[in-house]
Amino acid sequence: MTSLLEVEDLRVRFSTEDGVVRAVDGVSFEVDRGQTLGIVGESGSGKSVTSLAIMGLLRGRFTVEGSVTLGGDELVRADPDFVRELRGNRMAMIFQDPLSSLHPYYTVGNQIIEAYRLHTGATKRVARKRAVDLLGRVGIPQPEGRIDDYPHQFSGGMRQRVMIAMALACDPELLIADEPTTALDVTVQAQILNLIADLQEEFGTAVILITHDLGVVAGVADEALVMYAGRPVEHGTLRQVFYEPRHPYTWGLLSSVTRLDREPEHRLRPISGNPPSLIDVPSGCPFHPRCPYRMLPEPCSTEVPEYAPVNGGHLVACHLSEQERTETFARDILPRVQSSVRKGG
Amino acid sequence: MIRYIVRRLIAVAGILLVICGITFVIFYVLPADPATLACGRACTPERIAEIQHQLGLDRPIYQQFFDYVVGIFAGRTFGTGEAAVQCPFPCLGFSYQNNLPVWSLLMDRLPVSASIAIGAAALWLLVGLGAGVISALRKGSLWDRGAMVVALSGVSLPVYFTALVLLYVFYIRLELIPYPEFVNPFTDPAGWISAMILPWITLAFLFSAMYARLTRAGMLDTMAENYVRTARAKGLPERTVVVKHGMRAALTPVITIFGIDLGQLLGGALITETVFGMPGVGQLAYQAIGTIDQPVIMGVTLFAAFFIVFANLIVDILYAVLDPRVRYT
Repeated sequence: MTSLLEVEDLRVRFSTEDGVVRAVDGVSFEVDRGQTLGIVGESGSGKSVTSLAIMGLLRGRFTVEGSVTLGGDELVRADPDFVRELRGNRMAMIFQDPLSSLHPYYTVGNQIIEAYRLHTGATKRVARKRAVDLLGRVGIPQPEGRIDDYPHQFSGGMRQRVMIAMALACDPELLIADEPTTALDVTVQAQILNLIADLQEEFGTAVILITHDLGVVAGVADEALVMYAGRPVEHGTLRQVFYEPRHPYTWGLLSSVTRLDREPEHRLRPISGNPPSLIDVPSGCPFHPRCPYRMLPEPCSTEVPEYAPVNGGHLVACHLSEQERTETFARDILPRVQSSVRKGG
Repeated sequence: MIRYIVRRLIAVAGILLVICGITFVIFYVLPADPATLACGRACTPERIAEIQHQLGLDRPIYQQFFDYVVGIFAGRTFGTGEAAVQCPFPCLGFSYQNNLPVWSLLMDRLPVSASIAIGAAALWLLVGLGAGVISALRKGSLWDRGAMVVALSGVSLPVYFTALVLLYVFYIRLELIPYPEFVNPFTDPAGWISAMILPWITLAFLFSAMYARLTRAGMLDTMAENYVRTARAKGLPERTVVVKHGMRAALTPVITIFGIDLGQLLGGALITETVFGMPGVGQLAYQAIGTIDQPVIMGVTLFAAFFIVFANLIVDILYAVLDPRVRYT
């Protein structure tokens, strides 16, 4: 009980007409103040559902098991009103598409003020001043002139800055950024990531950065958690995950990072196949149907690999032996991703 | 915005002029001769010619049309000399049936139609929007399914059927309500409400059903929007999320339809008025059509068209106020 946020064996299931979706299946991690955890995975890997579960924002017919504690307060079994009080206050979230995530009918000032007044009980004037400050802080030029503008009057990057200002209104201890740069131009992406990193340093916020882009994690995270089919497959420090990745899925992600400075034939190595349906997860290791290093039929298609430490805090869920993993990585993967690893570190 | 409104007002005038022209032509080609109708039974060819001259029917159609339009804005005089009849602004002519000015006939009927329309509108907004919002928030629940079944029957049942059932149940069987008869709302508010309640319920049943379905669909879409998730992420209470963030966006399109529906009803709710024997604009039109009372039909048509076109304009302006993304130039 030391870290700000502790997630322990989190499981989220949705019941749908087609069956039970195991969206998150046993995820654990910790994030402390001033730390950034990058959660990486493809669409449907459970990374967004994990964050929505922490925030208590899941909708529909779902069940959550496990434990989430924020500063010692248990959230999963807590009264929904208690969790609601924490939202926007001690924990905040920014979303992927800033245009659709901002209300089109209200000015950005109104939308920032709303959260601040709710949690602090501040007067309109104080809240407005705070909103102007925040807009300035996130890099909106002439904030007092823009506070009464509507979201559609801002560019994509500026809208995401507004979202960040809104999230930071009450100085949250935890900030969850769910694909915050995916909908933005490449040139703006770096600005937004730097902004999040700067603000984190300034306020000591714990940040969870959710992305499908390993490059994004490389830029700002301290630790990385790789998820596949709702399960964690690799978790370690940024150094461990980038320099000594031990899971074939992480290798696949590293090989498929877009890079312009590579030879054309090396440019992209997509992972073959598609992510599995979460209703009908493959037996054994869920990645085995797509894994180039699988051992069939046993144990990969029959036994769920143990999610076990390889050295220090580096956790991997794979049936390959440590020796096989080290050798395969050095032989097959390292030459392919050398430049990106160098840059990523 | 001001320029937009001015432009739209000019367009409104143009549309009304076109409607006026079309109605005029339709009646010009009708075989019924207004002079013969106005003349009555004991009639001589000389008398008919005289009336034709007095009504201006002996003049070319474009001249008649021109006189008619000018009369609306400036008033006009029918006939000459001793027989001259002054028709003051806004002149829509005289009824062939009773020689009363069409304008005053309309003004006599308007309070009835307005009473029906406004009361019913208040009722259906309350019921329709309320039921729609609750259904959307409890999608799939017993309430939702029940409300949507009732709404489906509301949309499917014809107004005259609902009206007669209501009359039978509340007036004949239960004797709860006096037979609907229009009274002045300002001198006898209680009497007015008890007289109007059945017409209101009749219309509101139909419109509530449509509005409940519209509202439900709108709310379901809106509550799934990302900005509603953002509102929840801020920790807002669910009531604020629903009312401030959900309903605001979901109801804006409903307002558009509401304006037009209300405008249409102000121009007369023919079936409802007829079933309940309410002397409204709709009934006036009905009677005028039965007797081919051309000036009255023209008058009612223009009057109703005016409300619809004008309601459209108001709705468009309101839309720009409600949705900041809409800007007219």
